[in-house]
Amino acid sequence: MAVCIAVIAKENYPLYIRSVPTENELKFHYTVHTSLDVVEEKISAVGKALVDQRELYLGLLYPTEDYKVYGYVTNSKVKFVIVVDSSNTSLRDNEIRSMFRKLHNSFTDVMCNPFYNPGDPIQSKAFDGMVSAMMVQAC
Amino acid sequence: MADEALFQFLHNELIQYVYKSSEHGEMENGRCITKLENMGFRVGQGLIERFTRDTARFKDELDVMKFVCKDFWTCVFKKQIDNLRTNHQGIYVLQDNKFRLLTQLSAGKQYLEHAPKYLAFTCGLVRGGLANLGVKSIVTAEVSVMPACKFQVMIQKM
Repeated sequence: MAVCIAVIAKENYPLYIRSVPTENELKFHYTVHTSLDVVEEKISAVGKALVDQRELYLGLLYPTEDYKVYGYVTNSKVKFVIVVDSSNTSLRDNEIRSMFRKLHNSFTDVMCNPFYNPGDPIQSKAFDGMVSAMMVQAC
Repeated sequence: MADEALFQFLHNELIQYVYKSSEHGEMENGRCITKLENMGFRVGQGLIERFTRDTARFKDELDVMKFVCKDFWTCVFKKQIDNLRTNHQGIYVLQDNKFRLLTQLSAGKQYLEHAPKYLAFTCGLVRGGLANLGVKSIVTAEVSVMPACKFQVMIQKM
C-alpha cells in the first residue's frame, strides 16, 4: 500500500499529490521533488542502457531508510511517483506495476474529460477514489 | 471504434454550425478556422493520451512523426499516411492521397475553395497530439486536387 502518490506534469509541477499520514505532508512533497531528478536521469540515460529505453515503468528510483520511491513516466512526459513504506517488504514489483497501470488508466480518463483543461490540478472525484483505494488505511 | 460515417457527419455539421453562428455581421473566415483548429487541438491531446498508453517510449522526433503517420492516423481514419517527407530540419510533410474527410466532397477540383474548412479540425488534431507528446509545432494543410491533401508540420524549437 502506498504512503504517498503524486502526478507531475511535463513542466515538472505537481498536478496531484496526496499522502496518508497528513502531519508529515511537507516531507513527502520534498521526497517527491527530489525524486524528479532521478526520473530525469533515467529518462535521458542514453549511454548506459541499464534501464530498457522503451519502457514506461522506471522501477525503484531510490530507497531511503524509511521509504522506497518508485517512478513511471508516460509518453506525454507526465510522471507518476509512488512512495511506499520500507517496512512493507511484501510489496512485489508486479503489484507496483499494476498500481501504476491503474494510475495511468485513471489519468487517461481525466485527460479525456471535456471539463478538464490539461495543466490544471486534477480535481476529479473518480481519480481521488481510485487513489484512496491504493493508499494505506490511516488508523 | 464506432462507424466512421458517424464522425464524418458530426464533423460536417460542426463546420456548418461554426460558420452559421458567426454569420451575424462579419464573415470572418479566419476566426472560424481558428475555432475549429482549437477544438481539434483539445481532442488531439486527449486522443494521444489514450493511444500512447501502451506503446513504448519514443526515441526522438522522427519516431513521434512516424507514430502519428501510422498508428494515430490508422486509429482515427482507418488508414495510414501515404507519404512522409522531411527536410531533417524540423519540417515534415504528410501526404494523404485519399483523405477520409474529403472523399465525400468531390473527386477533383470542384468545391476546392471550401476544402480548408474541412481540414482545420484535423490540423488541430495533429497539433494537439504533438503538443501532448512534447513537440511544439504549427500544422497547416493544403489541397490541390481532392481527395488528396498535404499536411505540413513545422516544429518550433524553443
